Amino acid sequence: MTRPLIFEISRPGRCAVALPDLDVPRSELPEGLVRDDLPLPEVSEADLIRHYTRLSQLNYGVDIGFYPLGSCTMKYNPKINEEMARLPGFVNLHPYQDEETTQGALFLLYHMQEFLKEIGGFAGVSLQPAAGAHGELTGVLMMRAYHLDQGDTQRDVILVPDSAHGTNPASTSMSGMRVVEIPSDDRGNVDLELLRAACEEHSDHLVGMMLTNPNTLGLFDEHIEEIIALVHQHGGLMYGDGANMNALLGIARPGEMGFDVLHYNLHKTFSTPHGGGGPGAGPVGASERLVDFLPSPIVVAEEDENGDEFYYLYEPPKSIGRVKSFYGHFGVIVRAYTYIRMLGAKGLRRVAEHAVLNANYLMSKIKDTYKVPYDRVCMHEFVCEGRFHDAPGVRALDIAKRLIDYGFHPPTNYFPLIVHEALMIEPTETESKETLDRFAEALLAIAEEARTNPDLLHEAPHTAPVRRLDEVRAAKQLILRWERE
Amino acid sequence: MKIDPEARYLKSHEWARWDGEEIVCGISDHAQESLSDIVYVELPEEGDVFDAGEAFGVVESVKAASDVYMPMGGEITAVNEELEDTPELVNQDPYGAGWLIRFAPSDPSEFDQLLDAAAYEAFVAEEEG
Repeated sequence: MTRPLIFEISRPGRCAVALPDLDVPRSELPEGLVRDDLPLPEVSEADLIRHYTRLSQLNYGVDIGFYPLGSCTMKYNPKINEEMARLPGFVNLHPYQDEETTQGALFLLYHMQEFLKEIGGFAGVSLQPAAGAHGELTGVLMMRAYHLDQGDTQRDVILVPDSAHGTNPASTSMSGMRVVEIPSDDRGNVDLELLRAACEEHSDHLVGMMLTNPNTLGLFDEHIEEIIALVHQHGGLMYGDGANMNALLGIARPGEMGFDVLHYNLHKTFSTPHGGGGPGAGPVGASERLVDFLPSPIVVAEEDENGDEFYYLYEPPKSIGRVKSFYGHFGVIVRAYTYIRMLGAKGLRRVAEHAVLNANYLMSKIKDTYKVPYDRVCMHEFVCEGRFHDAPGVRALDIAKRLIDYGFHPPTNYFPLIVHEALMIEPTETESKETLDRFAEALLAIAEEARTNPDLLHEAPHTAPVRRLDEVRAAKQLILRWERE
Repeated sequence: MKIDPEARYLKSHEWARWDGEEIVCGISDHAQESLSDIVYVELPEEGDVFDAGEAFGVVESVKAASDVYMPMGGEITAVNEELEDTPELVNQDPYGAGWLIRFAPSDPSEFDQLLDAAAYEAFVAEEEG
C-alpha cells in the first residue's frame, strides 16, 4: 500500500498558495541569475493537505501509543513545552543580538546550566552539544585536552564495556583514540578483575573509561565505586553516558559517584521530542577537574551595582572551543527547561521512581515466559530474550514485528549485543498500569502464537501499510533522494 | 548448525583450515546465523601482517557490525574479492564460497591451540544456554 510521492501527484499549473500583491516596488533579478526551469511539485491545496495528512497518519509516535524503545526513553512530551518554545520573545530572537537585548534567553540558558549541575552533581555545564553522541565526542575531547594540559601526551586508550551503546566506541575512534573492550560479568556488571587487568596493562596510556550507569541491561553496576576508583588510580577519567539518567533523577548524582564528565540527553530524560531523528540536545556536565575545558560559550551571571543579575557569554580558560554554532539547540533547551520547572525537584524524583517501578512491574509480568538472562531488580528498563526452546523458528525480530499488529511500537531489538535475541524494554514513567498490562498481555499472547502458529509471527506485521522491508537491499543500495526519471 | 569437521575454531566464531601450506579462514555457520543477513565485509590487504587474536576485518549485517579476529598470526596472501559484491555468500556457504581470507601462518603450531569441531560445538551449546 505505497502512497504516491508529492512529485508524482504534481500536475503543471496547479498551485496551493496565492501570493499577496507586492507592497514594495518590483525589482528585476540580474540577467543570468534567473532560471527558467524549477522542478518543484505543483499541487492544489486540497491535494497538498490530503498528501501530508495521510503521511502523518502512517506515522507512529508517543502521541499515538506505547513506545517501549529501550535506551531511548520515549516518554510523553508535554504540550506546554511546545507552547513555551513558541513564545514570540524566543522565536523572534536573533543569535547576533547584543547581550543587553537577550537577557531573557541568557537567563534561561544560565538557569538550565544550574539545574543540570544540581541534577548531575557537577561543577559546570555546557549546553552546546546537539545530541547525545555529540556530547560523548565533546566529553572525550575534554578528557584528552585535560591529559595534554597535564603533559600526558601519550595517553590514547579508552575502556568501553561490551554492554555499551555503540556510540561510545564510535566517539572514541572519532576522536583518534583506541578502544579497549571490557567484558561484563555474569551479573551484568563490568567484570572487575578484567577491568583491573586492563587498567594495569594500559596504565600509561589510559585516557579514561566510558560507562553507562545504569547500563544497557537496565542494571545499576554493583561496583560503581570500585570501578571509578580503579580508573582514577591509573590516572584515567570517568566518562558517564547519561542516556539512562531517567533512572537516577533526584535519587543519585553521577558527579558524586566520581564521574568527571557526563552528557545528558534532553530528548530522553527531559521530555523533548525525538521527532524525525532530531534535533536532540546533549549538554555535558563536568567535575572540578574538567570544568575549565568545557566548550564555549557558557553563560555566567554577574551582579551589577543595583544588585540585579546580568547574564553574559563566557569562554572557559582552557575550553576545547566551539562544538556547535551559536548556543546549542536553543528551542530544545527551552522545552527541557519548561519540563524541569513544571515538575520541580520532587516531581523529577517521582519520574525516576515511577520509571523504575514501571520497568520492574512489566518485567515481573513477563519474565516467566521471556527469559531475563540477568535476573535482578532492574532500573528504568530491562532486557529479555526473544526466543523460545519450544518454538525454535521464532526470533526476536518476529516478536517485534508481531507487536505492531497489536498496536504497539516494538522494543529495541538485538541490542545490547551480549544478550541472545535481545528485546530491550523501557516503559518510562508516563505509562499507566493499564497500558503496561495490555502490553504484557500482548507479549504473552505472542509467545503462545509462537508455539501454536509461528507463521503468524514470520509473516507479521499484517496490519501495517508495509510488511517486512528488504533491509539487505536498503543497506546495500542507498537511495537517499528522489530523482526525476 | 553446520560444523566443518576439518576446521578448527575460535570462541569468537571464526574457523581456520589448512589448504596446503596456507590457512583459509572464515566465520562459522553459527556466526552467520546469529548475525543474520550480511550486507558488507571489510577485508585487509594482501601482505598485511597480523598477530593471533588481532582484528583483521569487519563483518556487517542488518543487525550489527562485528570485528573478525585472526585465528593465528600470519601474512595475508589472498582475500575473497567476491564478497565485495556478494557478501551474502557468507550466509549461503560459510565454510566454502564464503571464506574471508587466506594467510601464511608465522607459527603453524598455533593451529593446535584452536578448538576442534567437538569442542567448538560444546562451546556454542554452552554459550546458547
